Amino acid sequence: MSILVNQSTKVITQGFTGAQGTFHTEQAIAYGTRMVGGVTPGKGGSLHLGLPVFDTVAQAREATGADASVIYVPPAGAADAILEAIAAGIPLIVCITEGIPVQDMVRVRAALERSDSLLIGPNCPGIITPDECKIGIMPGPIHRRGHVGIVSRSGTLTYEAVAQTSAIGQGQSTCVGIGGDPVKGMDFTDVLERMIADPDTHSIVMIGEIGGTSEIDGAELIRASGTRKPVVGFIAGATAPPGRRMGHAGAVITGGHETASAKIEALREAGIHVAPSPAELGTTLARVLG
Amino acid sequence: MNIHEYQAKALLRSYGMPVPEGRAATTAAEAVDAARALNAPVTVVKAQIHAGGRGAGHFAGKPEGKGGVRLARDTGEVSDAATAMLGEVLVTKQTGLMGRLVRTLYIESGCDIARELYFSMLVDRGTGQIVIVASPDGGMEIEDVAARTPERILKEYVDPAKGLCDYQSRDLAVRLGLKGREIRAFQNVVRSAYNAFTGLDAAIVEINPLVVTGSGDLLALDAKMSFDENALFRHPELAKLRDVHEEDPREREAAEYGLAYVGLDGNIGCMVNGAGLAMATMDIIKMEGEEPANFLDVGGGASKERVAAAFRILIGDPKVRGILVNIFGGIMRCDVIAEAIIAASHETGLSVPLVVRLAGTNVERGKALLAESGLTIIPADDLGDAARKIVSAVRNAGA
Repeated sequence: MSILVNQSTKVITQGFTGAQGTFHTEQAIAYGTRMVGGVTPGKGGSLHLGLPVFDTVAQAREATGADASVIYVPPAGAADAILEAIAAGIPLIVCITEGIPVQDMVRVRAALERSDSLLIGPNCPGIITPDECKIGIMPGPIHRRGHVGIVSRSGTLTYEAVAQTSAIGQGQSTCVGIGGDPVKGMDFTDVLERMIADPDTHSIVMIGEIGGTSEIDGAELIRASGTRKPVVGFIAGATAPPGRRMGHAGAVITGGHETASAKIEALREAGIHVAPSPAELGTTLARVLG
Repeated sequence: MNIHEYQAKALLRSYGMPVPEGRAATTAAEAVDAARALNAPVTVVKAQIHAGGRGAGHFAGKPEGKGGVRLARDTGEVSDAATAMLGEVLVTKQTGLMGRLVRTLYIESGCDIARELYFSMLVDRGTGQIVIVASPDGGMEIEDVAARTPERILKEYVDPAKGLCDYQSRDLAVRLGLKGREIRAFQNVVRSAYNAFTGLDAAIVEINPLVVTGSGDLLALDAKMSFDENALFRHPELAKLRDVHEEDPREREAAEYGLAYVGLDGNIGCMVNGAGLAMATMDIIKMEGEEPANFLDVGGGASKERVAAAFRILIGDPKVRGILVNIFGGIMRCDVIAEAIIAASHETGLSVPLVVRLAGTNVERGKALLAESGLTIIPADDLGDAARKIVSAVRNAGA
């Protein structure tokens, strides 16, 4: 068990024949992900990396029965690529692209809410269930199969959490990078409710940052669920000045609830074990697990 | 990307927003000419800087003096006000103690004010929709209104499938207590703001105050606009509105190389890949008792040139007394980082302690390159180790 993806998940790549799409699809195949094809408009009918190329997502879905699509399309066309995947009825869409205009994502969010599709991202590393399915740009070898669920707004801080949980002898059930944009697909609550329900996830690490209030919603969900699974948290950006955007489009403090300290307090009140420093994610989890 | 008030008003006017007549000026003589052309009973002289709170601010060295928005009754007073502001540093609640140098003024016709409202438009993260925010309490800090009297903050969400509907604007107008022809006038304000917001991929349009005049007209007395950096590629016309004087020169240089950089006040320079890890690195430096000099995310797939540029910015910052490089390679390969650090150090000369923590893709190759480079580099095994080592190195060097 795991959440959202496993060894039977069939995946296509949008932006398949580009440099990014090619490199990361090769990596996914090497990891063992069940890649079944890809989409590049105008190159339909050809083969790339030994897999069929289609002109449209609808054709790819029809021919391969893909359950998931990963998007490496550049920012100007990325929102359209997500909308195409939604229209084709792809159940899980993972958008890696960084730099999509916010107002494009407003249209995407509206389309998502009228559909049954789930979106992870954009501006995220993707999702991995170790030894089964890797969709995205995370380095495969740092992961090991296990029972810690990791959800994070940051890519490299997720890798940090993975490395630190692996270092204490734990592995991961599923790791989800929900991305650093202000308007996105799945948020903390969407991932956390699945991790709480997943029998294979025994503990959870959630990593947030300044900007927005979705960590507070996530903490509230954990408290209300009454789950007995230990949850370790960390919020990045305690030293970030208000009003400045810290790399991620969504990492900007515009109000009192969006600071690291406000979020840390909300996490603590929900019974989440907040790591005192980003270097102590693993050791905090080890202490909680006993 | 932020722009000045006078630029925002010109843009909004082109979308149909009612704004007072006004002209920009960069000298006292130009200010006087502008006032003559406006020929209004009262003229307002407004300092143009990228920060709010100008009226309540003061000029450096004159804490008791007048602020950056002044009324003038004749051209003599316009000239005096312009002379007092141009070339001086305006300090406001939003500028910090350093303040901002005033290079441009906006000379505007005064108007009679019956009521002051608040109006803004932005994308709400929670709903993922455009939200219109309005309040009958204009002319004050909206955060204060929200904290004290949240019931006086009115919101209306725009359904992306339908777009803005005019009835929503009229409904909001009634809730604001507007009457008669003011209702249609407000509908026009919202429509023009919405067309500008969506047409230019704005991040915010804020009009505070939006005034109702004695004769029942609505006028945008102040205006602030900023734009979504991610969407600038489809609005090349906005590039000329950028005022480089308002930007940190370190940030400007970083932006040329596609680096995400924010200058801070500490003395430990950081170079990190990924925004979250970059913030966490700043946080842990602070926890160890020192302050970060910057936020710097070199990005996921940065080239050797881009990494070298990032490293040069850190070395070139006179405040930096030590550098911490923290890389968790995913797409980013540690050997590429190592080569870039070595090249930039040889080229620029490394005069401060350097701690490098590498993890992830090609980490062994990267570490070997650094060890063979002949540079004095302090290697670190993990994030905690790296932070302790740079803090202790900076303190020892300073002792």
